[in-house]
Parts: sequence; structure tokens; C-alpha cells
Amino acid sequence: MSNPHQAFVLPEPLPLDSGQALSGVEIAYETYGELAADRSNAILVCHALTGDQYVASTHPVTGKPGWWERMVGPDKPIDTDRYHVICANVIGSCMGSTGPASIAPDGQPYGMRFPVITVRDMVRGLVALLDGLGIARLHAVVGGSMGGMQALSLAANWPDRAARVLAIATTARHSAQNIAFHEVGRQAIMADPNWQGGDYYGGNAAPDAGLSVARMAAHITYLSEEGLTEKFGRRLQARKDGTPGAKTFGFDADFQVESYLRYQGSGFVQRFDANSYLYITRAMDYFDIAEEHGGKLADAFAGTTARFCLVSFDSDWLYPTAESRHVVHALNAAGAPVSFVELSAPFGHDSFLLDVPALDRVVKGFLDG
Amino acid sequence: MADTLRPDLAVIAAQVPQGARVLDVGCGDGALMAALRDGKGVDARGIEIDPELVERCVARGLSVVQGDADRDLTFYPDGAFDVAILSQTLQTAARPDHMMRELLRVGRRAFVSFPNFAYWRMRWALVSKGRMPVTRHLPVSWYETENIHHVTVKDFELLSRDLGVRIENRWFFTDEREIGGSGANWRAEYALFEVSGG
Repeated sequence: MSNPHQAFVLPEPLPLDSGQALSGVEIAYETYGELAADRSNAILVCHALTGDQYVASTHPVTGKPGWWERMVGPDKPIDTDRYHVICANVIGSCMGSTGPASIAPDGQPYGMRFPVITVRDMVRGLVALLDGLGIARLHAVVGGSMGGMQALSLAANWPDRAARVLAIATTARHSAQNIAFHEVGRQAIMADPNWQGGDYYGGNAAPDAGLSVARMAAHITYLSEEGLTEKFGRRLQARKDGTPGAKTFGFDADFQVESYLRYQGSGFVQRFDANSYLYITRAMDYFDIAEEHGGKLADAFAGTTARFCLVSFDSDWLYPTAESRHVVHALNAAGAPVSFVELSAPFGHDSFLLDVPALDRVVKGFLDG
Repeated sequence: MADTLRPDLAVIAAQVPQGARVLDVGCGDGALMAALRDGKGVDARGIEIDPELVERCVARGLSVVQGDADRDLTFYPDGAFDVAILSQTLQTAARPDHMMRELLRVGRRAFVSFPNFAYWRMRWALVSKGRMPVTRHLPVSWYETENIHHVTVKDFELLSRDLGVRIENRWFFTDEREIGGSGANWRAEYALFEVSGG
């Protein structure tokens, strides 16, 4: 089966933190803007948990605009008239890069036979892609949320590969609360009878109900209470036939917020694989850069050659400002040049994807400076 | 660039050695840092509490951390900088004595400037009106000012002595011009000291 996405096949097996190695790994990627003759203007944009390589082009499954088109494009803060932007689907995901839905060497989908991966494994795959593209040193690596984890992991583990590291709304380690929310999502998937131990690819039913619940629970963590209240309050959902909303004394989506979450959940299952969700959330839960470097975060950045910029949002309770400050203090201790700003925005964790003009200015200023 | 700087900052810009490692505590919009970087190849880092000012610094390509100097200096290693700068910020510190110690822990030398509360116009305003003075350099009423620890030239000299800090140099300013040192505690609107760990 040929890959419908543009993909690079790694020439060597990819070693993993678990001790295993994956052969025949494909990394699906998109690029935007011209690469300069001296290859010095490449920016790697790393995507979040359920993101993909379609950062600034139409998503082939949903037909929706790229997930960061407000940030990446001609004359945008990450200006593709100036920079060569690379965005790749991480391993473990499901948009053309090798993951649990891919076909294993025995001709069957991996399913749960896919090895458990880490964020560093994802980045190892991205670095192998950069090797394949002939890019020795990035102008910058940029990411929000799990994308920011990848940016920090690249800086810590491949200290010469990026001149600038821009990590937004992120953390250097998953907290107990972060892990707890992910576990709820995983249990919802695994409780769906259609999951069948992850071996559902051949059949006609996937664990859509479980994946949808996982997405609904996660989506709440991406928003702020203030944002939810402003958007929905306790307002009731009008019916499809146009009758105004009312309490049904039943379990339909009476409230607008319920209807919204169900819509988010059902839309998500059209474009995402349940096993990928298990593997990527697991990778995020294992994420702890300090642990990888003898327990001290500053040591992780001791050899870095990059300038750093961290951005947090005051309404983000998933990866709150304290997590970014923790990274900043470690970078201070390591003597690395670092900027940090907490921006005010009402949208919670999702602020990094939404209309926050101050973020645009910080991103542009940091990348161009 | 340097000629557009406030007079105390212009003096600091002239004094900082070429290529030094500098921490500017309360760096504002980064004007001094940019001048030091562009004019002297200085590796400058900043701390600033106001996010909008941090944003402007980042847009200038400067490395500035949004933070509270009272709390965040502690995260820098000993002797990380050749020069630490604290311009017009000492009087806003929760504990100016602690901040002085921290400055000279992270920096081998420090430049500290502050408005002189014993300037004669201040004394006169207090004596004649019986109210906390509001002037060009201290333009805000007592209840909303960030200046919670008013200090005079003499106070600063005594604090330096108590902390065992050596005063290497001093400059005084009134009406945005440098003035001589005689009678500075009366005549200076604000002061700049260069200090070292002694």
C-alpha cells in the first residue's frame, strides 16, 4: 500500500528508548517556502498530540485549513517568504508516519505490537528526516504543547541542531495531573468493546465511542473555565428542527457545552486512530527531560548552543506558567540565553493556536532577531 | 544609539567593558541592552516584570525573562555575569539589602541607580506642603507608587558600608544632566553607583 502522504523512508532502523528498533520507518512531512542555497533558513515546526504535518495547508481528510495557518505562511509571523518551514507527522501518529496502524513486516497492522515510544524517539525520527533533507542546523525549532516538548527535547539531546528554540505552552515533564487526564482517555478507548486489544483494523468497527470520550475529556483541559463560561454558559441547545432548547428530563445534549463536546468527539474520530492516541499520550506521560539527564534539568541544557524563548498563557491550567518558569530557571542556571513571557489570553491551553496578537509579535521578534 | 539613552544609562553604557556578560535587572524596553549589544558586543540578559516591555525586548532580539527580581535572581549561578545593572529599581525591591547581595552574587560588579529622596525639591515639598512629594522622577502618589523603599544618597552609602560593599564610582544627575559630587545628597535628583563585592 503506497503512502498517500509525502513521506521520507529512513534508511536505517530507528533506535528507540525502549531498547527496540523500528525498521522501514516512514516520516510524512510537508514543506513551505524555499530552502536557501546555504540551507540556513529551515524552521522545524513540531505538532501537538493530535496535530499533523498539515500546518499551513488544507487537511486532506477534513478539508479544513492547516492547524497553524494564522502563524505560518507568507507575511505571517513564521514567514514562508523568508523561511523554509518543515512540519512532519511524528512516529506513532496516523497521518502517514509509521505508527500502530502501519503494516508490520509480517504484513499485518502493528496494533499493540507497535513498540511504546517516547517524545525523544519522535524527535530522533525528526532528526533522521533532517539528515535526509540535508539540514545540519535549523534556524529554529518551534512548537506548542507536545510540539514544545519536542523542541526542548531536540535542544537537550541534539544541542547543535537548532540555533533557536521556541517552546510555547509546554513543560519539561508531565505532571501527575497531566498523566491522570491521559489515563482517563486511554481507559475510555480500552473500555470500548470495539477496541479488541487494539486489533480492530481489519474489521468494520473501530473504538470510535471510546476515542470520542477521550477527546471530549481532553478537550476540556485545552480550554479555560472562563472561556467555556463565556462561550456556552448554561445555555441550552436548540433542536435540529429549530425549536428552542429546553431541558428534556433525559440525556440528550440539552446544554450547548454538551453538544459542542460531542461534536468535537465525533469529528475527531474521523481523522485520528485510537491506538495512535494511546501511544502518543503514553509518550507524553513518560516525558521528563531532567530524568533523561541524571535528574537535573539544568544539566540537560548544559551543552546547548541555542537561544531559547518560552511563552506561557495565564489561563493555561494544563501546562501552567510555573512549568515554563521551571524550564527558564534551568536555562538560567545553564547560562543559556533565554527569553520568557507569560501572555494574557482567555482561551486556556489552546491560546497558542488562537488569536493572540502578542504571541504573533513574540514569535516574529524571536525568529527574526 | 547610546546618545538617546537616559543619562544614567549612558554612563553605564560607557563604563561596561567590551564583550562583557551583563545582566540588566528591570531592563524595561531593553534600550540599554540593545545599546550594549550593538555598541560593545556585550552578551546581555534581562529581567523585566512587565510583559508588554518583555515583548518589545524579544522583538528587538534580546534575551529577557519576564520575572520578579525579588524572586528570580536566585536562579542565576554565582558569578554568572561580569556586570549586573539595577537602574531605578532598587527603591521598588521588597528588600533592597537582599537585592544588593544578590546583585553582587551573580555579578562581579554592579551599577545601581535610584532617585535621591533627599534632593532639595523633595525636602522642600515635604516641609512646605507636609505631603509626600510628587515630582518628575517620582511622578506617582504615595498610595500607588511602586517605590516602596525611598532611599537617599547617604542611605545608600551607609547600606553599602553595612553590607561590606565597596563603592568604586559614583555619578549624580539633576535635570537630566550630570552634576558634581559636592553636596550631592541635597543637589542630586538621582544617583548612580558602581559597586563591587569589596
